[in-house]
Amino acid sequence: MSAGKSFWEMDELRLVIGAMLILGGATGILVVLPYLLLEDVRPPAGLKPYTQEQQIGRRSYIANGCMYCHSQQPRDIKQAPDFARGWGRAPVAGDYAYDTPHLLGTMRTGPDLLNIGARQPSKDWQLGHLYQPRAYVPGSIMPPYPYLFEIRQGQAQPNDTVVNLPPAFAKPGEVVVAKPEALALVAYLLALDRTYPALLPLGKADNSAEAGKDKR
Amino acid sequence: MDLTVGILLGTFVLSILALFFFIWSMAQGLFGDGQSAAAVIFARSQFGMVEDPAATAEQQGDLQQEMDPNEKYYDYFDVAMLAATRERLAARRRLRDDAAHRTLADQSSAGVVGVCLTLAVVWLVLASFAGLISSIKLHAPDWWVQYDWLTFGRLRAMHTSMVAYGWCSLAGIGVTLWLIPRLLKKRLIGAKYSLVGGALWSTGVFAGTIAIGMGYTDGLEWLEFPWQIDILLVVGGALVGFPLWLTLLRRKVEHLYVSVWYIGAGLLWFPILFVIANWPGLHFGVQQATTNWWFGHNVLGLWFTPLGLAAAYYFIPKVLGKPIHSYNLSLLGFWSLAFFYSQVGGHHLIGGPVPSWFVTIGIVQSMMMVIPVFAVAVNQHMTVLGNFRALAHSPTLRFVVLGAMLYTAASVQGSLEALRSVNTVTHFTHYTVAHAHLGLYGFFSMVMFGSIYFIMPRVMNWEWPYPRLISLHFWLVLAGFSIYFIWLSIGGWLQGLAMLDEKTPFMESVALTLPYLKARSIGGALMTLGHLVFAVHFFAMGWKFGPTRLGAALLEPSLFLRFTGKRTAT
Repeated sequence: MSAGKSFWEMDELRLVIGAMLILGGATGILVVLPYLLLEDVRPPAGLKPYTQEQQIGRRSYIANGCMYCHSQQPRDIKQAPDFARGWGRAPVAGDYAYDTPHLLGTMRTGPDLLNIGARQPSKDWQLGHLYQPRAYVPGSIMPPYPYLFEIRQGQAQPNDTVVNLPPAFAKPGEVVVAKPEALALVAYLLALDRTYPALLPLGKADNSAEAGKDKR
Repeated sequence: MDLTVGILLGTFVLSILALFFFIWSMAQGLFGDGQSAAAVIFARSQFGMVEDPAATAEQQGDLQQEMDPNEKYYDYFDVAMLAATRERLAARRRLRDDAAHRTLADQSSAGVVGVCLTLAVVWLVLASFAGLISSIKLHAPDWWVQYDWLTFGRLRAMHTSMVAYGWCSLAGIGVTLWLIPRLLKKRLIGAKYSLVGGALWSTGVFAGTIAIGMGYTDGLEWLEFPWQIDILLVVGGALVGFPLWLTLLRRKVEHLYVSVWYIGAGLLWFPILFVIANWPGLHFGVQQATTNWWFGHNVLGLWFTPLGLAAAYYFIPKVLGKPIHSYNLSLLGFWSLAFFYSQVGGHHLIGGPVPSWFVTIGIVQSMMMVIPVFAVAVNQHMTVLGNFRALAHSPTLRFVVLGAMLYTAASVQGSLEALRSVNTVTHFTHYTVAHAHLGLYGFFSMVMFGSIYFIMPRVMNWEWPYPRLISLHFWLVLAGFSIYFIWLSIGGWLQGLAMLDEKTPFMESVALTLPYLKARSIGGALMTLGHLVFAVHFFAMGWKFGPTRLGAALLEPSLFLRFTGKRTAT
């Protein structure tokens, strides 16, 4: 500590106060303010809470890092052709009312999945695609998830959910059975459906694109 | 007037006003002590004396020859300093004290610095392999798919977490622990607490990485470690940080050098960011996304960047034996970085379901970031200017100056990427991944490599046994990273354009990236090879391989040697 200086002349104090004020300000704007503004956002009428199985599937989606390749935030039609690709309207905050942790994602190595349940509602397709993506989408670079499935020689058990692979990918004498984790994951994917109309700010004219515009 | 434009203008005007306030307060001397503080890092005999413990005797000679025409710099400081001491005798005594302080400072930190840097190197190698395998998996998706912990989505998170919290943080902490006693001319107080802290931190990284592999993750980018494990990092970080602040409060120097400002602030900022962002049960839905990116960008801007710049601000002038160009400019850089960088997180959510003002602030402040960036760039460039040949002679300088240059490049690129028009193309593509590597690898890791090459001979009292391996490391990672960055950026940009074209099927945006993803794996393999060379050399030094030499760099036997019980270079 430098002698002869008063408390207020110390560099350390300027450093602490300056650094804390600045970070405090930034935290106020970027963390506290969104917290206060979004705290009261209600889920839209068309959005259902996840069932227990869907929640388990959502945890599996997180555990396997699906969000590193798939976003869950279609962009507005004025910015990108996401709507035209069938990925859905631009979402509003309420669409994520049940989504904690958030899975907005930052990457589109694969397509946006916010409405995958509406776009591809077939459970068979989803299961088979998880087992071997290239059986359904040629040129896909998605990893297969064999550890979510069991290979049985011969017959399936009565309670088994058998994956119906395209003939070219099915091996004779072998059945592929989905483990509960795969079923839960597919249940979650099928629940991803935000095609209901978005909540509009009061006084706004309708149209789904307008609702997604970042003007709330 | 459109609300968005209003916010845009308002934020911009406020930021400009804040900038003028900084400049005014600096002119008033409120934020630092002017040019004399730039001299703090030199002992009185050291002006004009080059120093690079990583250099061979021959390189040192060349380096000194390169720098000798700069006498004017040390003349100025000699006069300033010696005038203050008045008597030659007093000057000589202080000279001896300076050397004693430096030895004492280095000894007090050697043990803990050695441990932190060793752990960092181990994490670097592990993280490199996780990254390389992830990269290959993107163009060979059916490779190694039987085990859940090897799936891309887990390996990628293990890679980023090991890089951020293992390699970068521990290297930054190690370098900081070494710098602080030197900068403050004071023994490191409570080194053993820092040692325990570093060990706890590394244990946390280990546990967190295993947890991700097992599928236990908080699911937020850069915040994957389960919050229970985060507690280890918080406690460990506090045990590292408190001794540093204690040392700071009992410093012997009058002036705080600019590196101390960066380090001191970073040590305060990081725990706040980390605790708020990880607090369980607090965040929800879209609000969590805003916090995620407030953290995601601040961990770079208010943790890695301060530690990296602190090291660059020390080692560039130190190696050259010549003070930084302008001390005031460096402080302007510090305060404007703190102010603008802390608010840029919103640009990660452009086009997302978040309030427009949130994004707008992020964009405006991203543009304002050019001010601190140019303050640093001008300052460091002007210091090196005219002495670029010194890079050929000094291994430390080669890495650190390259890192400092890539800091400018990464920051300018980042500002441009925040523009809505550019972001529309680059968001959601590999371009962003390349950019992230320019910051954390091109800038931060390069500066850390250089710093470690300087520091370890002081810690170990042993020279780097095979100087050629330093060159090999440099050229491998430079070549590898160039391939990585250039090709992935191009591929990412084309991917973005393809996704924006409604008539192009999505799958084409995937197919067209394949050659670029393969190029990235080649670059990544070269980088990994470079890291292996670095690690082998590092441990060869640890086990005292190579010819027994007494270099100019050597000081007293250090604490670290007493820990390891290795023979000393006598």
